[in-house]
Amino acid sequence: MQRFLPTFLLVLALIAAWQLLHLAIGAGALTSPWMTVTHLISMMGTVELWTNVGETAKAFAYAMSLALIGGIVLGVLLGVNKLAGAVAEPILLNLYAIPKVTLYPLVLLCFGLGLSSKVAFGVMHGLIPILLFTMNAIRQMRPVYMRTAGTLRLTPIQSLFHVLLPAILPEIVAGVRLGFALTLLGVLIGEMFASQRGLGYMAVNAMGLGDIPTIMAVALLLTVIAVTCNSLMLMLDKKLQHR
Amino acid sequence: MNIESVLRSALVAGFIGLIEALCRTHIIPQTVMIPPSQMFTHLLGLVSAGQYSKDILFSFTNIIVSAFVAIISGFFIGLLVHSMPRFRGALEPLLASYYAVPTFIFYPVFIVVFGVGHGSIIAIAVLLAIVAMITATLTGLDRIPHVLRKSAAVMRMSRLQTAWRIELPAALPYLFGGVKLAVAYSFIGVIASEFILSGSGIGYAIAFAYNNFESDNMYALMLLVLISVTLINAALNFFDRRLQARRQR
Repeated sequence: MQRFLPTFLLVLALIAAWQLLHLAIGAGALTSPWMTVTHLISMMGTVELWTNVGETAKAFAYAMSLALIGGIVLGVLLGVNKLAGAVAEPILLNLYAIPKVTLYPLVLLCFGLGLSSKVAFGVMHGLIPILLFTMNAIRQMRPVYMRTAGTLRLTPIQSLFHVLLPAILPEIVAGVRLGFALTLLGVLIGEMFASQRGLGYMAVNAMGLGDIPTIMAVALLLTVIAVTCNSLMLMLDKKLQHR
Repeated sequence: MNIESVLRSALVAGFIGLIEALCRTHIIPQTVMIPPSQMFTHLLGLVSAGQYSKDILFSFTNIIVSAFVAIISGFFIGLLVHSMPRFRGALEPLLASYYAVPTFIFYPVFIVVFGVGHGSIIAIAVLLAIVAMITATLTGLDRIPHVLRKSAAVMRMSRLQTAWRIELPAALPYLFGGVKLAVAYSFIGVIASEFILSGSGIGYAIAFAYNNFESDNMYALMLLVLISVTLINAALNFFDRRLQARRQR
């Protein structure tokens, strides 16, 4: 616990800074930490919030599983085949750097309003980092592993499940950590533009109404969820690195 | 040209050709997507007519300003944090979770504080880009080999000389990685916030064209974003490779 004390103090300092900023620019622009928490708690009593959370969670679950499976499968393929990996990497890096919001009219035209375009947005954001991490992990894997698999006459499927995937597991977890954050961002952005439900829609709706307390409450909820999930994955990451 | 770049160009050209063919044969209807060649000629027409030059200028000013602010302040914050190991220990878990927070949620707050215009857009882009630069600076300073600092001491260099002639060049490849990320994030931050709420800029123009069914303008502007990101990336990668090559020498 001693280790986390400085971080805890820093978080307290950040909350104090938030309070000071609130006092400086007024409640109309930024609600205080305490007001935000009470507003969030009162919102938690409504059905509306939970349906929106459920919608976001559903879209996120679909998008995350697609990004995870697609990213790992494509990453393994591109990592094993050196030429394909070298050809694809700059293209993927470039796709990663594109502001994907610009493509939203195209996504809407292809998938329509609703769940499928939210999921498509999430996958677009989350797939590439997972893919790149997996591909680079396979490239940097010690060659002796694959040679051992060859000596043991493992079939490709066996070497995939017993050699390749266990060897690159730490990197996959690191990629998933990044992919998780980006998929969540993608789903939220998708909801902001292409949906009538979900937390992103709630935020953009509150934005239109100038309802700062709701925006801050949604932001707080998302921040807490995202940081908690991220910290859990960081812990898992550290554990795997120490193996 | 090596085999990879030939294959890569062929792949990209083939993909564009495929879309072109699908559009020309109306398998993809004209209402969904216009052929890439038409996007390109329309883009040239828009740029020469100057219809969107104000929006383009607005966006690129925002991108350049926010990238510079993020890179320079990120570098100095990184230096400062690196010199305070205890504070760094406290900060590091927060930095690791930073990109998990969907920053765009805070955009409305910035609008109230800075108003609609350059200020709030630059603020959100800087917020998005700065942490990548801070992290890269910390990594870069960590990776300076001890032997370099020792040789600086042997040569009786002053602190400033050590920083300028030894530490900065040694950390430069890592710093440049941060610069690349900061530029990409500024781009994303600026275009996305213009999309959400703004009165001008490329992002706003695309959203406006989409809402008004001006699909030729919309696709031309999307192509402009794609081309500019690709060119900027290619330029940054070129410098990056030169830096990496210098490090290995």
